[in-house]
Amino acid sequence: MSRSVQLDRVGMTFGTTRAVSDVTFTVEDGEFFSILGPSGCGKTTLLRIVAGFLRPTEGTVLIGGRDMAGLAPNRRPTAMIFQSLALFPLMSVRENIAFGLEARGVGKAERSRKADELLDVVALGGFGDRKPGELSGGQRQRVAIARALAVEPDVLLLDEPLSALDLKLRQHMRAELRALQKRTGVTFIYITHDQGEALAMSDRVAVMSAGVVEQIGAPQDLYANPQTPFVAGFVGETNRIAGRVAALAGGIATVDTGLGPMRGRAGPGLAEGQAVKLYVRPEALTPGTGGENSLAARVERVDFEGAFALAHGRLADGEEMIASIPATRLADAPGIGTEAAFHFDTDHAVVLADA
Amino acid sequence: MRDLVQRFGGSLTTVFVALVLLWMVGMVLAPNLLMIDYALRPNLPPAQIGGPNDHYSLANFTYLAGEATHRAIFFKTIWASAIVTFVTLVVCYPLAFWLAQRATPAQAGLAILGLVIPFWINEVLRTLAWYILLAFRGPLNAVLLALGLISEPVRWAGDGGVLAAMTYAYILFMLFPIYNSMESLEAAQIEAARDLGAKSWRIHWRVVIPHAKAGIATGCVFTFMLAAGSYIAPSLLGSPGSRWFTEIIYNWFFEGGDWNRGAAYALVLLVLCLAVVLATLKLARVNLADVTK
Repeated sequence: MSRSVQLDRVGMTFGTTRAVSDVTFTVEDGEFFSILGPSGCGKTTLLRIVAGFLRPTEGTVLIGGRDMAGLAPNRRPTAMIFQSLALFPLMSVRENIAFGLEARGVGKAERSRKADELLDVVALGGFGDRKPGELSGGQRQRVAIARALAVEPDVLLLDEPLSALDLKLRQHMRAELRALQKRTGVTFIYITHDQGEALAMSDRVAVMSAGVVEQIGAPQDLYANPQTPFVAGFVGETNRIAGRVAALAGGIATVDTGLGPMRGRAGPGLAEGQAVKLYVRPEALTPGTGGENSLAARVERVDFEGAFALAHGRLADGEEMIASIPATRLADAPGIGTEAAFHFDTDHAVVLADA
Repeated sequence: MRDLVQRFGGSLTTVFVALVLLWMVGMVLAPNLLMIDYALRPNLPPAQIGGPNDHYSLANFTYLAGEATHRAIFFKTIWASAIVTFVTLVVCYPLAFWLAQRATPAQAGLAILGLVIPFWINEVLRTLAWYILLAFRGPLNAVLLALGLISEPVRWAGDGGVLAAMTYAYILFMLFPIYNSMESLEAAQIEAARDLGAKSWRIHWRVVIPHAKAGIATGCVFTFMLAAGSYIAPSLLGSPGSRWFTEIIYNWFFEGGDWNRGAAYALVLLVLCLAVVLATLKLARVNLADVTK
């Protein structure tokens, strides 16, 4: 049976607020799909529409090819993991996990057995008699996952479930979620505002802004080939250099910038003379002269981050510039206060029309 | 105590402590001790008070035990108060749930205002309003007759009238504790339960009621106490067949002129109410500290 999720021109209006408009995409069977966007971009609304808590004002949602219109959350093959987890504090961990089975009329012995099995799956064997309040954040997280998996959903919906955890635990849970998803084969739709989370875990990511899906793609693809200025700026750090298109040839745009001509891969819908920005990732900027494109900046400070150092500089046009220098190449880092040269490959820059 | 002195200084603390003591001794301890004293003495003409016949005995209590009508009214009062409590709970629970979990702030504000406004009017007048509504030739019978639901007027006064008036009178005492306890329930828990496949009744039984238990127990305790101690509703809306124990107590004091027997009756009612309250709290596994919140 297919566990795909299809959204077709889904839109949602609250009163006069347009929360989601014209969203169309298909999540494949067994895919780890993330929806990434800043808070208020409509991603949680979209998830709640898939779960059945909200009825979209237009469009259709199909799960496994079946139209979900008019089906309440308790009658959909989905299970949701809430941002607050929403564990039942007065029930034991075992009762929490068995709740969905209880609602389906499964006998006490059977659901107890199943709950204990799931506790082992999430590595919490022996914790069944505790109350959620007696567990740590990461353990509660895993109880919530086990509770959702207990009803054997086709699609698991996760609403920023890691946001309350500290950094180390979050990174650990990322790997765990990913492994769990591969093991169970359940389709995951994961909501987050944390681009690192989305890039690290997902098969594909949809980037949302102001109720609209800006771009859908594999993490590497989104990072290397942003198609809109929003995606370029939201997914990862980037430097922006403003200018106008001077020439277009073979997918390469030459841009007249205040710092001289520079070249990068042309984004969609460019025309000569158009106002554009050239986007270059900090790690694409290498200290030193030469290379395909070069620019100069006055280095204001260098922040050592461990694996790399970030050199913050100011370009001749007054804009800020950030270059990332690997820790192994720290000897190349320019001195603070000096006028330093950087260069980048044409292939590592993207030229996008101004929105 | 030391905290108080540090915060308010010696003189202000003395005032506070004196006020609390005055309250405890003057308003709680003394009247109750006096009532116990009265209940244990025989009713004597003034000349014989302090004389050889004025000795402690349980005669006033054994009189109640031996008097079949009073005994029956006593148990009926307890039973009927339990029914009032139950009906009030049934009315208030959905209302409290709607207010706490479903209503928009504007709707909730309006509904609460609507519920509170009648309570600005004296309780006697509110009960009198029910007296008029439920009268034999009153509006309720007129409406039901006009709708063809009944063929002749119904005599509502009696058990039904008392139940209606009391439920109405104590609605807020039930509503607010439940509302308070339900308001702190995270809405996502209800959604999670629904998402996991639970139907409404199971969501209430497994998630909402356990969470609101302290509030429900508190509301029940308030309502039961008020109902058992009520005088106005049964005396205005009752019939001879629906007399309340408080009316018998009143009669001993003001009609029979036997304060001692009245005190004994009142004491029995007090003790029984206390027992019911403690049993309820025990049953709901709620302690007194939760109730006073």
